Amino acid sequence: MMRFLNKVRTDIRSNRFLNIITIMTIALSILLVSVFILFFENASRILSAWNHGGRAMVYLSDSFTPAMLPNVKEQLISMGSIEKMVFIPKTQALERLKKEMGSKIQFLSTLQENPLPDAIEITMTAHSSFEQIQKAAARIEALDIVDTVEYGQGWLGRFLKLFNLFKMTGYAMSGLFLMIALFITANTVRLAFYARQTEVEIMRLVGATDGFIKTPFYVEGLLQGFIGGVLGMIILLAGYLTLSSGISRNLDAYVYLDIHFLSWQAVAIILFSSTFLGWFGCFISLKQILK
Amino acid sequence: MRANSGKANIIRLFNVTKRYGGKLALNDITLDIEPGEFIFISGPSGAGKSTLLKVLYLAERVSEGQILIDGMNLARISSAKLPFLRRRFGMVFQDFKLIPNRTVFENVALVLRVAGEKPSYIKKKVMHVLRVTGMEKKANHLPQPLSGGEQQRVAVARAVVGEPSIILADEPTGSLDRESAQRVLDLLLGYHQNGATILMASHNIEQMNRFSKGRNIILEDGTLKGISTILC
Repeated sequence: MMRFLNKVRTDIRSNRFLNIITIMTIALSILLVSVFILFFENASRILSAWNHGGRAMVYLSDSFTPAMLPNVKEQLISMGSIEKMVFIPKTQALERLKKEMGSKIQFLSTLQENPLPDAIEITMTAHSSFEQIQKAAARIEALDIVDTVEYGQGWLGRFLKLFNLFKMTGYAMSGLFLMIALFITANTVRLAFYARQTEVEIMRLVGATDGFIKTPFYVEGLLQGFIGGVLGMIILLAGYLTLSSGISRNLDAYVYLDIHFLSWQAVAIILFSSTFLGWFGCFISLKQILK
Repeated sequence: MRANSGKANIIRLFNVTKRYGGKLALNDITLDIEPGEFIFISGPSGAGKSTLLKVLYLAERVSEGQILIDGMNLARISSAKLPFLRRRFGMVFQDFKLIPNRTVFENVALVLRVAGEKPSYIKKKVMHVLRVTGMEKKANHLPQPLSGGEQQRVAVARAVVGEPSIILADEPTGSLDRESAQRVLDLLLGYHQNGATILMASHNIEQMNRFSKGRNIILEDGTLKGISTILC
């Protein structure tokens, strides 16, 4: 193994420029993909936090009477995914409204009757996604006794559609850049192979097996992929530290923004993927050359 | 082409023909070679001397006929087994075929590395062979600054380091001055006297006389024109 590593070190030195180009391409591709992952990881977390921890208000129809409450609760529980339920009678809702509106309540005293409906505030189980809440809401809304269900579906729904579109574009861009990195890696190996053709020919003449000839190329591909991945992660971390401190300073007072760097699992997956990318580029090239 | 003298033949060629497109490079060659023999392959340029060596180490496959090396039929050697066949040969070429970015030591050691020998054995064996070929002091040099004679001595060292039973030499002195050529031939002679079977292609018939016994195979336009015995 040490002999192979020494050989790889010599080969990398003799093809320094090609190797730098490949490592930089892998690093940039990994950086781009990681930026998308970092953005989506954080955006998903922030969006779910903005979704009030999966809370929804079930507004009951006028035909509801408090005697029906146990039956309604039972129906809601049977739908699953509901962690907590709090019944808010319309009188309590009016009191709450008066409290929230403070000095601007004079117009409320002119009302002949309470216009607010009885409601049940439900909290979904912690792992519920926006889509799950949306589905549960639709099921609840289908009940006769329920008038409407509100869970911030208006703006959040529109934002999620935009977010998903952006996510798709992100996937497509990541795929494209990974393909470009793969082809550049494959071509570098091809060029390195042709640069060492005399050497390979001599190795064959003295009885080297294909495995003996290929192994240094594979080790080189794995190293290029790994170094490219590490470099991409370092650039991402530097960018993250610079940007996140700026964002926190300026926006923390106005909006809830809990930005984290990639989890160690995500970093491990990215480094594994970049190493695999280096190996796979090598595999494609050598398969074509040594058929 | 040779009466059976009791020794098993190490190389046997049966009606070997090699064509490049429509051109005949070797035409119906039948030949038996005993272990420890010295075979001088002579003939003008384009006679088929190099092709004959190439079909032996399977750089080229024959168009017709059969070749047996140590009882192994070359027609049945798969690509996966080819490296193991080549390890039975030591090869010396006119253009040396040394790896330019590897030291003399590394070039010679390559043969033992591909065979999976231990580093301690490789070091000992390579230094021994370099001492015999007079290249010990140049072990850490790259090949290119060396003279042609020195490079060819490195190539001879590489050919013999794996202790092959057969050495194939294709015009080994073709690009060397008289003195260097002499030194390379002396080295080959030494290994021949130690029991190696040597097939050497050369158009320089004078060189043949340095070997005390052996056979001269004369090729012309790919055809075996005759075999003479060398008796000095």
